[in-house]
Amino acid sequence: MSTSTETGAGETARTRAVDAHEAAEARPLWQVVLIRPEVMTLVLLIAAFFIASALSPFFADATFILESASFYVEYAIVALVLTLVIISGEIDLSPAALMALTACVFAWLFQAGLPIALAMGAAVVVGAAMGAFNGFLVLWCQLPSIIVTIGTLTLYRGLAQVLAGDRSIGGFPSWFIGIDWRVWLGVPVPVIVFTAIAIVLGIFLAFTVTGRQIYQIGTSPEAARHAGIRVRRIKMGLFMLLGIAAAVAGLLTASRLASVRYDMASGGELQMVLMVMLGGTYIFGGRGSIAGTYLAVWLLVVIATGMTVANIPITTQLIVMGALLIISIIATNFIYARTQR
Amino acid sequence: MKRRTLIAAALAASTVMAAGAAVAQDGIEIVYIPKNTGNPYFDSIVAGFEDGCAELGCTFSTTAPATPEATSQIPFITAQIQRRVDVIAISPNSPDALNQVLDRARDRGILVLAVNGDLVGNEEHRDAGILPVDFTKTGPNQVELLGSMIDYEGEIAILSATTDAPDQNTWIAAMNDVLENDPKYENMELVATVYGDDEPQKSTTEAEALLQTYPNLRGIISPTTVGVAAAAQVIQSAGVADEVELTGLGTPNQMRPFIKDGTVEAFQLWSPYNQGWLAAHFAVGVRNGDIEIAPGNTFEVPNLGTVTIEDKNVINTQAELTTFTAENIDDFDF
Repeated sequence: MSTSTETGAGETARTRAVDAHEAAEARPLWQVVLIRPEVMTLVLLIAAFFIASALSPFFADATFILESASFYVEYAIVALVLTLVIISGEIDLSPAALMALTACVFAWLFQAGLPIALAMGAAVVVGAAMGAFNGFLVLWCQLPSIIVTIGTLTLYRGLAQVLAGDRSIGGFPSWFIGIDWRVWLGVPVPVIVFTAIAIVLGIFLAFTVTGRQIYQIGTSPEAARHAGIRVRRIKMGLFMLLGIAAAVAGLLTASRLASVRYDMASGGELQMVLMVMLGGTYIFGGRGSIAGTYLAVWLLVVIATGMTVANIPITTQLIVMGALLIISIIATNFIYARTQR
Repeated sequence: MKRRTLIAAALAASTVMAAGAAVAQDGIEIVYIPKNTGNPYFDSIVAGFEDGCAELGCTFSTTAPATPEATSQIPFITAQIQRRVDVIAISPNSPDALNQVLDRARDRGILVLAVNGDLVGNEEHRDAGILPVDFTKTGPNQVELLGSMIDYEGEIAILSATTDAPDQNTWIAAMNDVLENDPKYENMELVATVYGDDEPQKSTTEAEALLQTYPNLRGIISPTTVGVAAAAQVIQSAGVADEVELTGLGTPNQMRPFIKDGTVEAFQLWSPYNQGWLAAHFAVGVRNGDIEIAPGNTFEVPNLGTVTIEDKNVINTQAELTTFTAENIDDFDF
């Protein structure tokens, strides 16, 4: 009956918190503006930029940073949509595997002789269908999304391997290859795509009725349902949108690498979740923003690129990334706990 | 006071960095990107580069991703292009996923060398390939060595690195070829080829699974240093050294205990150190205009003699595999 993953006790506590909030005095404006997780991400981003510039004289070069960003924007595009899914109280760990599956579908159909535009369209359709499959299991079979998508991440990767085998598929026409080196006003096309999607989703989430309803669903699915919000329908839409985003990311990767393999983007799901978490989205839903995720992507780009160009050993890089994730989760929780009072 | 110290430190650091950048522009700067960190095999190649550069006066650095998956080296290559190095030497994790970024490096005038493993089928995306031995002989050499240990009969299996590892796949193809076509090996049956991904844990699990699944298994070939050491550990723990023979490609330091206690009778390899040494000399020679990259040309390398550039600009560091046994293993330290 319920699609909620929250417990009844959590519900009551939250209601109480809302009451308390209403009773308390309004917080000063500067607190409302400044004590937000996105602000923390922005501060970290600025700090990281200066540290990276100090670490290597080769870092502070806009062309280089934008070029390097194109390795991360594929995951980042997915992370933007994943932000909506997490705000709505669900999670999806399958999109990296789905990137590989859709790219393999594309390459396989292309190799079978289908016109390349049709093969790309088919990849997007498969992405949407697999997203819908996730949604079906979560929403109609009422299974926890984390378990469902751990299952489908293996399934999608397996299907990709069935299609592509252990070899790589390439031979795409030259117009399709190397989208990361196409620039428009000095900015690589994938970065433009990423930014455009961020703007559209940001406006959607903040200013449309459906966008506001996503927050309500994440805060309290029960209350949202009683308020007449079509919870299932919205969540289903989000899962499908995430599948489409994965397909787009898969095609971008195929274009960048000029070849496709079943193990493309392996482990990418963690990077995607990292981006969303670093951006201050609350893992239990109801809070978060597209701006946060957008900034977090650039934070990751700056940190990873800065350390790599300074030849910092990968072990140190992983420690820095891990520490950053933990700090950001603690800070996010702290900020939300404070602002809920 | 404290703040002043910090500022002084920051100033000192930036001065040092500025000086470092200036030095880098003078000599030839070589960077080597192994498959991943934590694989002692590549440390020997690094040592060869370091000694070569110490002798020739070039600047050498090394950097690598954490995992050997197909695309993990790409950000590192981009960063080295940005650092404006003169030479990128790389042990590629994929025969084709790096094509685009390596082309980009070469467009910027960087000499790109595939070291230890080649871009099989995509040789036009690097300037030259410096390989340990004549790779066409590696697979057959390994089959012959294992065959001699099991009287050329019984079930055998292969424990490889990743499914995408280009060298291992070349050798495995050659192993399959001789096993099928050479009548000498007609009683040897290859029952399984499994992949340990060059991770100790996964390689151990795969080796254990082989022993469980094939009780009649007579021999294992593991043509990867991580795999052969993991398999040796499994055979030692299971106490089946008399029933199952193991050989493969390993480093003497890793395999020494297993040779000493009889778990492994013999294994093979080349000298990874020599590859780094040769690559450093070759890179500097090409950069200085002393060596022209073209098949048939030759050049001299101290301690290695005359080296020939083969077809597709392949350079073999040594001709045959070296076999290590209890008799000679103490002569090697890498």
